[in-house]
Amino acid sequence: MNGTSAGAFQRSSLTFRPQLARNRWNAVFTGLAGLATATAVLPLVLVLVYVLIKGGSLISFSLLTQLPPAPGLEGGGIGNAIVGTLLVTAIAALIAIPVGVGGGIYLAEYSSNGSFASFVRFGTNVLAGVPSIICGVFVYGLIVSTRIFFGQSYSAMAGGIALAVLMIPTVIKTTDEGLKLVPQDLRLGALGVGATKMVTITQITLPAAFSPIATGIMLGIARAAGETAPLIFTALFSPFWPEGVFNPIATMSVLIYNFAIMPYQAQISLAWAASFVLVLMILAANILARWLSHLARA
Amino acid sequence: MSLDSGPDLFTLRRRPASDKLADRSFRWLSVALASLVGLVLLGILLTVISGSRPAIAAYGLAFLTTSNWDPVGDQYGALTAIYGTIVTSALSLLIAVPLGVGTAIFLTENIIPAKLRNTFALMVELLAAIPSVVLGLWAIFVLEPFLRPFLGFLYTSLGWLPIFSTDPQGPGMAPAILILVVMILPIITAIARDSLMQVPPELRQAAYGIGTTRWGAILQVILPAAVSGIAGGVMLALGRAMGETMAVTMIIGNSNNFSWSLLAPGNTISSMLANQFGEADGNQVSALMYAALVLMVLTLLVNVLAQWVVRRLSLKYT
Repeated sequence: MNGTSAGAFQRSSLTFRPQLARNRWNAVFTGLAGLATATAVLPLVLVLVYVLIKGGSLISFSLLTQLPPAPGLEGGGIGNAIVGTLLVTAIAALIAIPVGVGGGIYLAEYSSNGSFASFVRFGTNVLAGVPSIICGVFVYGLIVSTRIFFGQSYSAMAGGIALAVLMIPTVIKTTDEGLKLVPQDLRLGALGVGATKMVTITQITLPAAFSPIATGIMLGIARAAGETAPLIFTALFSPFWPEGVFNPIATMSVLIYNFAIMPYQAQISLAWAASFVLVLMILAANILARWLSHLARA
Repeated sequence: MSLDSGPDLFTLRRRPASDKLADRSFRWLSVALASLVGLVLLGILLTVISGSRPAIAAYGLAFLTTSNWDPVGDQYGALTAIYGTIVTSALSLLIAVPLGVGTAIFLTENIIPAKLRNTFALMVELLAAIPSVVLGLWAIFVLEPFLRPFLGFLYTSLGWLPIFSTDPQGPGMAPAILILVVMILPIITAIARDSLMQVPPELRQAAYGIGTTRWGAILQVILPAAVSGIAGGVMLALGRAMGETMAVTMIIGNSNNFSWSLLAPGNTISSMLANQFGEADGNQVSALMYAALVLMVLTLLVNVLAQWVVRRLSLKYT
């Protein structure tokens, strides 16, 4: 071994040298990725801060229990919109949960790779991609313009159905995937002791898959509660307390949309307050969903 | 049951007819509920197609290439809204993809402690949970006033470009693009993060073993292995951006006058629907349905393409 080759070996030694081009580029890219992460998190922080400051400072008992004021007047509250959001979301959940869980059961338990099942899976994906405003147009054409419910046009029912259309794909997918995670042994054991397929599903596999299904349903409800586009021309809006499910109804999301573009400060304040309540409810539902899914892993 | 009845245990007993009936009806119930998905999809298609038929007959394909939206004169062309839909979603994607993929890489590498990474990932996921109408409210009162000086600077310094050729006066396409970035960023990040985490660790270790740096491994080994999932996520985000309604409606200005400029108020198909569908009658309803049909076809194409891209690009590890 002569001197020159020993020198060459030393030049490319194993010590880390930050001034090398490739190590500099490494630092640059790491910095860029960190910057991207900061930029991605920033909007959440900013939106939450503004909603907390502008909306949270307005929260009072009267604001949560009173009706919105007439344009130009002060005070008032969002009581009817809170009740309305809860009611419309509940209608949506009551429709979407049985349909979604039933569809998911069919996909996972009865026909996991038949042609009808793959059609339903494809349809579920397509339905999940349909813009929410088109769901509104569909329910408007199906229910509102035909006045199918006792001659009523805009109604809480129509709004709930529009939201249910949005929720169904989520519930089907999570039920399908949740049931597939249940070990096959459980099914075989149940069938082996003489249970019918129905008993196996309702008593054994569904309870075993409870936590992933409940997580999916919770996330679906949280998403539906914040949706506005399908409600604008199905549930419409109402400045009064809810008058049953076949009448127009106020919801917090439509209230924010309507009041944000009004030239009155009282209405804009109510929009911020409604944002605060809505964001709080949705974040709570998300955290509950997360807790449910942790329950499964434990 | 006592042992005396022993022989009885081993005789063949038929399942009661009621059990069989319950079992069979449960099966048919699940089939019926599953087929409801197809029915709803069919219903949506039929509603939109039958609603738009008068407008298709009256305006034909010129509807797509003219920008004259005139309810008084009963003349409709959706070019402004179609241009708005395509430009806002494409540009928001252009901004959100590098940001989202960069974030996903940062959150899957071990650059910062795992606890901090998970917190950031949770925060990005929660961003997706914020209702779009709340983001719209925030955009009207916080983002747009903050942005206006910058957009004004773009107009004064680059006003000779057609896309910056108008004086920003408040709501417009540019703030709408930025709020869309906020909305699709969590989707891209979440899907890119999932695909990056599914890359087998052996690939990374092999790359490190032959002496590459962290970013050498990311750019030349890990990203190419995860590209199918990321591309699928990007397509899904594109579909979401095209259909997104509320935040865009609140900040885009809802103008039916065609302008190339991003600083001018514009319209998208979904914001036009949100704004006008409730009060429309006669031919305007039909024209709006026609626009909704265009939107549906666009999102459907993007979604089917997304599924195809995922299948086409996915690398198989055996």
